[in-house]
Amino acid sequence: MDSIAVERIKSNPAYNELITKRKSFSIKLSIVMLVAYYAFILVIAFNPSFLGQSLSGGVTTLGIPVAVGIIFLAFILTGIYTKRANVEFDDLTAKIKEDLDKEQNNG
Amino acid sequence: MGKLIALLSLGVTALFASEPIAKELNISAIVMFLIFVLATLGITYWAAKKTKTAKDFYTAGGGITGFQNGLAIAGDYMSAASFLGISGLVYMNGYDGLIYSIGFLVGWPIILFMISEQLRNLGKYTFADVASFRLSQKEIRILAASGSLATVTFYLIAQMVGSGKLIQVLFGLPYELAVIIVGGLMIMYVAFGGMLATTWVQIIKAVLLLSGATFMSIAVLAYVGFSFENLFATAVDVHAKGAAIMAPGGLVTDPISAISLGIALMFGTAGLPHILMRFFTVADAKQARKSVFVATGFIGYFYILTFIIGFGAIVLVSQNPEYLDITTGGLFGGNNMAAIHLSHAVGGDLFLGFISAVAFATILAVVAGLTLAGASAISHDLYACVIAEGKVDQEKEMKVSKYATVAIGVVAILLGIAFEQQNIAFMVGLAFAIAASANFPILFLSIYWSKLTTRGALIGGSLGLATAVILVILGPTVWVTILGNAEAIFPYNYPALFSVTIAFVAIWFFSITDKSSRAIIDHEAFDAQNIRCQTGIGSSGALDH
Repeated sequence: MDSIAVERIKSNPAYNELITKRKSFSIKLSIVMLVAYYAFILVIAFNPSFLGQSLSGGVTTLGIPVAVGIIFLAFILTGIYTKRANVEFDDLTAKIKEDLDKEQNNG
Repeated sequence: MGKLIALLSLGVTALFASEPIAKELNISAIVMFLIFVLATLGITYWAAKKTKTAKDFYTAGGGITGFQNGLAIAGDYMSAASFLGISGLVYMNGYDGLIYSIGFLVGWPIILFMISEQLRNLGKYTFADVASFRLSQKEIRILAASGSLATVTFYLIAQMVGSGKLIQVLFGLPYELAVIIVGGLMIMYVAFGGMLATTWVQIIKAVLLLSGATFMSIAVLAYVGFSFENLFATAVDVHAKGAAIMAPGGLVTDPISAISLGIALMFGTAGLPHILMRFFTVADAKQARKSVFVATGFIGYFYILTFIIGFGAIVLVSQNPEYLDITTGGLFGGNNMAAIHLSHAVGGDLFLGFISAVAFATILAVVAGLTLAGASAISHDLYACVIAEGKVDQEKEMKVSKYATVAIGVVAILLGIAFEQQNIAFMVGLAFAIAASANFPILFLSIYWSKLTTRGALIGGSLGLATAVILVILGPTVWVTILGNAEAIFPYNYPALFSVTIAFVAIWFFSITDKSSRAIIDHEAFDAQNIRCQTGIGSSGALDH
């Protein structure tokens, strides 16, 4: 990519919108995953009996739905990201490419 | 030829001589495995005809769809070790097995949010393409290739030794023969069929494994009347540890170990070369994204199945004298055989044969992926980009990659045999630690941090690699259990918390203090890299038209 194209893309508001939005979305979702996982790990390390308590009087413990919930959370988060990226981020990317083509054709 | 026949007849005699877990010749397992081998060799033949260029060899021409790639990634991740190991862990400790599998899963969303699309947009064949995108090619390629080869070697040794022992138990074949069969087949898949054959072997195996595990789980749930409460209650009744299997136990004891293990699993996954390579097999960032979504779904589903299977084995296997070894009081073939015995308990000899064959297929598929990643590090990173400085014709590069495949295969067979009697449990941990401490930091910072310089990446990445290896050697598993010292110098089994931190801090420090002329080039190239990384403009188009 030549330096003129680099400058053109950098000054395109769609490009700045794309990187800002994607960055903040990625960071937010990562924080949700990391907090859920490390909270789980720290409960196991410091207070394992919390997860060992009976869920509703039977042998099934609270730990079971919590663990399965984290597995589902991981899948749901990837789904949320994929859905938004497929629409919003890909549209912005397409617009950036289009703008660049137009500008290059106009010299 | 005479030698080969002698070897084969040795194998046949051994079929009758040793003690497979089926206690008689496991014909259905052998027949089903042979069908799998024939089918995969057929695929390899088909793939070989389509593999004409270096791009075909490394990335299957970039024509794998997101869904197919997702299944293949899931296949790479669902190794025999995780199928048998985690269900065995659940069988022994209940809930703790689930904690372990969650650690393996949660790295995937992070990979999606942070590096999968970026990798696709920046790279071509290997993750070193991305790490060295704007840094000095030679040094960074050598570092990334060393990290790749170290990871692949330790992972491969662990898989080879595990496969030899598993096949010994399942089929009654002698250990050496089993290792040679695995090594020989993996060389054929990779050398002739490249990434296309490797991917399809992986996809077929993933479908077989998921189907088999689903059937076993449904059978277990049917037995307890589709009530989890019933399943758990019956398991608690018969398990020696009683109600303790329903709560966190001894797997995670102190917070430092827990966090360190979490970091190793999470960042290690994002630094495994054979997994990272998969993102170059799809057409664009959209498909790369879809791959992770699909893979996360299948891997999560698979871990839920292994949990049900482990509990199913407690209920259906642990009380049945048919599966118990009277001399040890445990299961025939060890506690990692819980899933295998359960397959017999719910589906008889035929299904046992199917699951045994699937376990064998699993090993083959995973070692093929590892071998391809190792061969690419040698032929693309070291040979084409460092030795030939990028001036190399495709044919020559392809040839080197095939020689490299054979060399890695032979080394894997020899090391597999050499390590038969060794305790290799630490090797997968070591592979993850190196991936997390050397590969991941340079990859991540090269994508995101504009101030990264060649010097910083080189010193920090090397320190991360060295620290991971040294701390594993000084830790309890190697220093005490293997070397026989009284007390470990480094008290934790998982060094990642320390080695990853050292790598990041060193990369940061040696980058910001770098005043060399190279540093200016490294900084200035960031904007162009970031545009390609974010938008895919200028990325190596997966399809050449």
